[in-house]
Amino acid sequence: MKAIGLITVIICGCLLIYGSLDFPGWGDVTSPASTYLSPYYIEKSIEDTAVPNMVTAVLADYRGYDTMFETTVIFAAGLACFFLLRTHKRKSSTHRLYRHISTGLVVRIEEGGTIPDDTTRFERMDSLWTPYDLVIKTTCRLVIPFIQLFALYVIAHGHHSPGGGFQGGVILGAAIILFAISHDLRTTMNRISERISALLSAAGVFLYAGTGMVCLLLGAAFLDYSALAPLLGSDSVMSRSHGILIVEIGVGLAVMAVMIWLYYNISSAGKHDEGL
Amino acid sequence: MDEIISFVVSKYNYWAFIILMMIGLYAMIAKKNLVKKIIGMSIFQTAIILFYVSSGAKKNATLPIIEHGHGETPHPILAVDYINPLPHVLMLTAIVVSVATLGVALALAIRVYHQYGTLEEDEIHSQINGK
Repeated sequence: MKAIGLITVIICGCLLIYGSLDFPGWGDVTSPASTYLSPYYIEKSIEDTAVPNMVTAVLADYRGYDTMFETTVIFAAGLACFFLLRTHKRKSSTHRLYRHISTGLVVRIEEGGTIPDDTTRFERMDSLWTPYDLVIKTTCRLVIPFIQLFALYVIAHGHHSPGGGFQGGVILGAAIILFAISHDLRTTMNRISERISALLSAAGVFLYAGTGMVCLLLGAAFLDYSALAPLLGSDSVMSRSHGILIVEIGVGLAVMAVMIWLYYNISSAGKHDEGL
Repeated sequence: MDEIISFVVSKYNYWAFIILMMIGLYAMIAKKNLVKKIIGMSIFQTAIILFYVSSGAKKNATLPIIEHGHGETPHPILAVDYINPLPHVLMLTAIVVSVATLGVALALAIRVYHQYGTLEEDEIHSQINGK
């Protein structure tokens, strides 16, 4: 199997390299990719949409349909992982072990006993128990708010610098995943439950499609943000810029929620009891 | 000699991405572990993304972001001065789709592991054929 694979791959590679001899050179200004539609996007995007970042303008305004379905794709991926993996928590054996953090004493609680609810003084010992690490917990607790602030900056500044909804949403999701790695999955799920992350991801897609519907209801085409001008109180060029910001917020929300949801399901194999 | 060098310089990026693509394709075909196949898929997708992004580059051109955006435009905007933004936009979609497929592929691998107890392809095949 490996020999067949190697021969196939080498033949395929040689054919592709032979095909690449006809490609335009690297950095060629007259290549076909740069001559048909992209000069229009480069020259006209700032006067049409008042957004200096051409990539965001093309992504969220000129090619807005594509981005809407892409948000739907990532929502569908989160849904698919949920349906594939989510199971009920297995009722574990009769007793549970809890460790008192400051003294190191281990308490064993049988069936029917009271379970300590206070996770700052008692921690639960599972088969995948990791020790309480003060340095990691404190460092991550200090750093996570700044990561989230930076992510919000990336979303909001997507008009003027590289950034936008997808990038900011991934950084937001990464901040929550850092919290889940440094503490444990149970603490994270107490703050952001699975129901909230599922609802937020649906809300992100709804915000994007809803903006398009509002444009339709105001009389223009679907996702034509210049129709939002009377609602937002600006002229039709600036309302395209604001419309792009609204849909980017929707995209960021959906991506963040799906990242968290995927982490919950994949890292605990659906059981949501103990993460990585 | 000069023409050969200038020819190689103008095309070597395509060859590098084709080599990456073929590494990913070989991993998908020839490796037996499911997770290694998934990693091969990810390498293949990365090579495609790099290929498209490199096809939008232009000599002596800058990023597709207009400085001093709001207010007056002191200089005219020529298409030669900015690199092509379209491949970047398309590849944003491709990156998102690759993350989505990676997530679903890993979820499927977890289910396969729960069902068969192994992630090696030949052991799974023997379990399916033996039953």
